[in-house]
Amino acid sequence: MTPTARQIPDRLTTPAQRLFKSWEALLLAVAIGIFVLNSFASPYFLNVWNLSDATFNFTEKAMIAFAMALLIISGEIDLSVASIIALASTAMGAAAQFGAGTTELVLIGMGVGMLCGAFNAVLVTIMGLPSIVVTIGTMSLFRGISFIVLGDGAFRGYPESFAFFGQGYIWWVFSFEIFLFAIFAVIYAVVLHKTNFGRAVFAIGNNATGALFSGIRVQRVKFILFLLTGLMAGVAAVCLTSRLGSTRPSIALGWELEVITMVVLGGVNILGGSGSIPGVVIAAFVMGLVTFGLGLLNVPGIVMSIFLGLLLIGVIALPRLWAQLAARRA
Amino acid sequence: MLKRLVKSREMILLSAILVLLVLISTRFPGFVAPANMANVFNDTAPLIILALGQMVVIVTRCIDLSVAANLALTGMVVAMINTMAPGLPIPIIMAIALTLGAMMGAINGLLVWKVGIPPIVVTLGTMTIFRGIIFLLSDGAWINAHEMSASFTGFPRAVVLGLPMLSWIAILMLGVFFVLVTRTPLGRSFFAVGGNPHAAVYTGINVGRTQFTAFVLSGALAGLTGYLWVARYAVAYVDIAGGFELEVVAACVIGGVSIAGGIGSVGGVLLGALFLGIVKNALPVVHISPFWQLAISGSAIIIAVAFNARANRTQGRVILKSAEHAT
Repeated sequence: MTPTARQIPDRLTTPAQRLFKSWEALLLAVAIGIFVLNSFASPYFLNVWNLSDATFNFTEKAMIAFAMALLIISGEIDLSVASIIALASTAMGAAAQFGAGTTELVLIGMGVGMLCGAFNAVLVTIMGLPSIVVTIGTMSLFRGISFIVLGDGAFRGYPESFAFFGQGYIWWVFSFEIFLFAIFAVIYAVVLHKTNFGRAVFAIGNNATGALFSGIRVQRVKFILFLLTGLMAGVAAVCLTSRLGSTRPSIALGWELEVITMVVLGGVNILGGSGSIPGVVIAAFVMGLVTFGLGLLNVPGIVMSIFLGLLLIGVIALPRLWAQLAARRA
Repeated sequence: MLKRLVKSREMILLSAILVLLVLISTRFPGFVAPANMANVFNDTAPLIILALGQMVVIVTRCIDLSVAANLALTGMVVAMINTMAPGLPIPIIMAIALTLGAMMGAINGLLVWKVGIPPIVVTLGTMTIFRGIIFLLSDGAWINAHEMSASFTGFPRAVVLGLPMLSWIAILMLGVFFVLVTRTPLGRSFFAVGGNPHAAVYTGINVGRTQFTAFVLSGALAGLTGYLWVARYAVAYVDIAGGFELEVVAACVIGGVSIAGGIGSVGGVLLGALFLGIVKNALPVVHISPFWQLAISGSAIIIAVAFNARANRTQGRVILKSAEHAT
């Protein structure tokens, strides 16, 4: 080695620099900002039990958002998740009328969720139909079945032990749902970022044909992702039904929008190919804090949806506008 | 020529509708009486008008999920204008509705064109924003029939040559869109952009601007329907036409508009909307609970899209058999 050889760094940015410039860091700053603003805006905000209640705003949606993130990264989308909740909840309600126990109810909820996911999966991966139209169709179909069964009625009368999933606490202020949320966050983060399956999901989202030629079973991976999304919607249905203690066909109406907002806010590219689970986790907290903070200030739910809509468009638009501005200046 | 006509999607859909009508008429002959058919058409008119706008948006590879919220917001605004200034003539009200709707469409279009956000994200967002704005404007209150002027609510129901004005406006829009889509450079550019955006650029078409125009058209029609809807039902509140955007997309998909862009026709959209309209109106007649409506339109979307995909499958040369499934 000659002494004149120049040191060429193998990385242009250090991992720390990349971390600070990442979407997740920005999002975390936003979350902390909202937290601080909220604690100034309302004296009731900084109370562990209030904060614990606030987590119910997002835990169920976030469970679906994890699976949805993988699905969107792979270049597909599922708009039927809220309707899957409705159908799974209706099935559980019907079973409860026939005296099904808590274990059966949970299995039925998750099973119906998975069946719905499988139905979407068959239409998209085996019949080769575009997922956006298929799931717009199944969105009407699943909730429609719920309406046929229930009409304008409701199912009540769930067994008492069933209430644990939505109302129970594991330890101190930490609910069963927030534990489940944390466990799923870890599982999905490991699956997406540390396994071959996760690499395959990214590869498919970037170039499905290329992925196929490199030996990835594209359709099988997508099938599994739809199945997982359905399963998570089923899990969310168990938690939500248990929390509400009743089932109406309009249950979880409009949740697909909030789940997708959460995923996109978490930095997942809506066109597929990139994204991360930590981003989705922080996005879940951001959305939970925003809705909780606005709720403490007596802002009605429909006005909150303006904020969510602006948030959804804003977080995508601002970086793009920024890049356009930078390109013009250069 | 004849063979192509028989095999065309419109003919298949038309025969499906005819079979449906025959089935209903065997038990309920009154349903197919001309007067009732005119009622069904009138009832479907808002869906037809919105589906025409949605068609040009979908043809350019976009989607507009904000139409129902746009409709509700415009409807609320014109209803409020009417309560404040009952003397304002209807043409001015309609001009306001068209402009307001077009402006909301332009917001969608600009975000897609200038900022490059995927249309589904833009319109999911504006959908909730528009609904929220209605609440801010109205404070959640309803505007009821007695607060609206007689001319305001009377216009869509006014019968001219045997049909209400609402039906005539739908017929007028069908004519306008047929000419626009098949006989103008703009109409061709919609299809060019949807068929192959890269090729469209090389032929001198501004892709983003064409998509912007499609959104403005869709928004303007949603605005116009907003007035007609509020006037016809004589009530305006936050949730009017809730979920109607899905029915509009369903009418397009059933009518053979390809969600991948580049394929669609005015005739198909008309038939798609009529199919949904007939099903909706027939359910109470054949004593099926109206709660079946949602599941039926969902199934119709899935069947239609499966059918469309099968018809378009043979396009292009298959180089590697399994690669076909990858896209």
